[in-house]
Amino acid sequence: MNRRLLAAACLAVAVLAGAAQAEGSRVPQPKFSVDTSTQCVAPPEEMRRTHMDLLKHRRDRTVHQGVRGGDESLTRCIACHASKTDGAAIGAPDAFCQSCHAYVGVKLDCFECHQGRPGAAAKMSARSP
Amino acid sequence: MSAIAIESVQTRRFWGLAAVGALVLGAGLLGAWVMEHHGHVITGMTNEIVWGTPHVFAIFLIVAASGVLNVASVGTVFGQAAYKPSARLSGLLCVALLTGGLMVLMLDLGRPERFVVAATHYNFTSMFAWNVFLYTGMFALVALYLWTLMERRMYRYSRPAGIAAFIWRIVLTTGTGSIFAFLVARQAYASAVLAPLFIAMSLAWGTAVFLLAEAGLNAWRGTRPAPEFQRRVAKLLGVFVAAVLYFVVVYHLTNLYFAKQVAFERFILLDGGIFPALFWLGYVLLGSAVPLLLVWRPAATSRALLGAAALVVVGAFAQLYVFIIGGQAFPLEIFPGYEVTSAFRDGEIAGYAPSVWEVLLGVGGVAAAFLIVVVGVQVLDFLPDETPAGVRAS
Amino acid sequence: MSEVDKSRVAARRALVAGAAAAMAGVLLAPGIRLVEVARAAPGPNKPGEPVSSKVRWGLLIDANLCTEGCQECVLACNRENGLDGRTRPTDSQWIRKVELKDLRSGRKASAPVMCQHCAEPPCVDVCPTGASFKRADGIVLVDRHTCIGCRYCMMACPYKARSFIHETLTTQKPEVPRGKGCVESCTLCVHRIDRGERTTACAQACPTKAIIFGDLNDPESEISRRVAQVKTTQLRADLRLNTGVRYAGL
Repeated sequence: MNRRLLAAACLAVAVLAGAAQAEGSRVPQPKFSVDTSTQCVAPPEEMRRTHMDLLKHRRDRTVHQGVRGGDESLTRCIACHASKTDGAAIGAPDAFCQSCHAYVGVKLDCFECHQGRPGAAAKMSARSP
Repeated sequence: MSAIAIESVQTRRFWGLAAVGALVLGAGLLGAWVMEHHGHVITGMTNEIVWGTPHVFAIFLIVAASGVLNVASVGTVFGQAAYKPSARLSGLLCVALLTGGLMVLMLDLGRPERFVVAATHYNFTSMFAWNVFLYTGMFALVALYLWTLMERRMYRYSRPAGIAAFIWRIVLTTGTGSIFAFLVARQAYASAVLAPLFIAMSLAWGTAVFLLAEAGLNAWRGTRPAPEFQRRVAKLLGVFVAAVLYFVVVYHLTNLYFAKQVAFERFILLDGGIFPALFWLGYVLLGSAVPLLLVWRPAATSRALLGAAALVVVGAFAQLYVFIIGGQAFPLEIFPGYEVTSAFRDGEIAGYAPSVWEVLLGVGGVAAAFLIVVVGVQVLDFLPDETPAGVRAS
Repeated sequence: MSEVDKSRVAARRALVAGAAAAMAGVLLAPGIRLVEVARAAPGPNKPGEPVSSKVRWGLLIDANLCTEGCQECVLACNRENGLDGRTRPTDSQWIRKVELKDLRSGRKASAPVMCQHCAEPPCVDVCPTGASFKRADGIVLVDRHTCIGCRYCMMACPYKARSFIHETLTTQKPEVPRGKGCVESCTLCVHRIDRGERTTACAQACPTKAIIFGDLNDPESEISRRVAQVKTTQLRADLRLNTGVRYAGL
């Protein structure tokens, strides 16, 4: 009798938790503002599934074999995918890469090294030693 | 005291020891997290001293891990019956020290989250790539060896397993020495004698750690150690310490013969500040001469022998600090025959001060080894069978 | 044999000979054409094409022309690659000016030192993941996607060419990605070379033209002609690393 009561209580808690989750999600749906007038590599549905493999394979070709230009260029991706609000692919909540990656909970490693802000080159100068 | 009362004291002490070990390990992991989060800028390591205090600890742990298994090898491979009861403890210590050392090494990486990359991309001209296989193979072989020792039906395979583990660790420690021996450009390294030097160091340090661990575990369990066995192991320690001294002398004498190496030798042995001090006082005097005297006295007490073992460990850290950090502090000679200055500190002796985070990480590795030993001894039958002091034999 | 047979045999012989000559022509001609193409054409790689080992990029540094105290090459490299130019022990320096004084004669000299782009690089030998690698055209690079930050290559380099990034960076140039926890060194301005430019930032900035960049495999290039005329040395030549950077006047 007691065991059954306990099982029923657990089930109730689980169902309620699930319902609460579905109603007001803690993580906002991805919302981003980019220039969607062109599409260069592949349709969005395919890109969502395969962009990580494309990036990984192409970066090896670029770094090790020096294959450049066109679809190989990450700078070209960032130039379009930079958000209209603050001009970067990462940083603001509506930044392109950021918003989907926050939603699916996959940490972005790329921008620890790659510059997420196109046009940054023009603004920088070295401090003299 | 009855056997049950003894057991409850041991259990209380276990939880105390485990708590201390876990706390120190936690501090070590905190150090690793701070280093990873802020970058190595908060450590004392620089573009000149690229391997620092964590590597001193890690290399001690890894080299001692290989050597501590020697106690088991002397029993299993070389047939000395007195060593056989200690074989299981020796194996446990090997696994524990290796885990601690590898933990420190991997957490000090610039990108520790990329250990998966290290496990999937191999460049086999690199000793580090070979080490991935040598170290995992060591774990597997020691586990296999322990199984043959602890499972009655498998005991007849303990000799082949022991021989395999023995050969593997010779290769492994040769590899550890070769990490440095293969550095063509550094005056402190680039020497084939480093491989046998590391083998000798592993035997000395491992034996010292075994003596200390055995004494500590006896104190915890309330058992009395067998004094004869301790004396035998201590005498063996003396032989190994002498062997290390031999290789160190050969290494320095040969270097002194090469005119191009004299400046480096002068730096390490004479006017390099902390490095000659650590070498002569820390390693030669405290780490070699005093232990030899203590160990080879005819009526050495147990306390003297354990003191000798502890001093060998102190000398080991001094020696590694001079070897690893002193070897990097001396500037690379890019323009022989010229006096060199630049904004990148060419021609300058590099300075280094360990940061608290590095020390925490290193000590955390020791704590990890400590925890594994304590938990292992509590849960499984690693200690040699001895009658606890004060219990009536049943 | 009859006359008809003889003429048939002769005709067959002529046919076989003619076919063989045509075949030879067909087989050899593309080879000749490829050799023409392979001699390094100036300009960028065609998009999608890998670099080739027909080319070996290198530098010739004339210490006689190098001015003591001048830092133009260093400043240019910092500007080009997004380095902040600070010189703390933990800061990256891809190129530095070294002031030399001969211990016996007191003669002074000055030269920049950077990654020597060896043909037998010790840093490539010791890298556990293969992140430190030599590209087909001779440029030694770090693949920062694969670098785990172990710093073994920094221990191995005879020229102290490599730097480790000790802190988080945010002001990288788009063409020069660099980040915390990885090792880096002079890239011979690979991002410029792959765009078709035929000079590095340091070579371009040097006011006395002490640094020449070019293809060591092309006997007609300026660098090859100079190396054939004047005595040049490699740093630590005793190590036999066959460096891509040569020095004159040292």
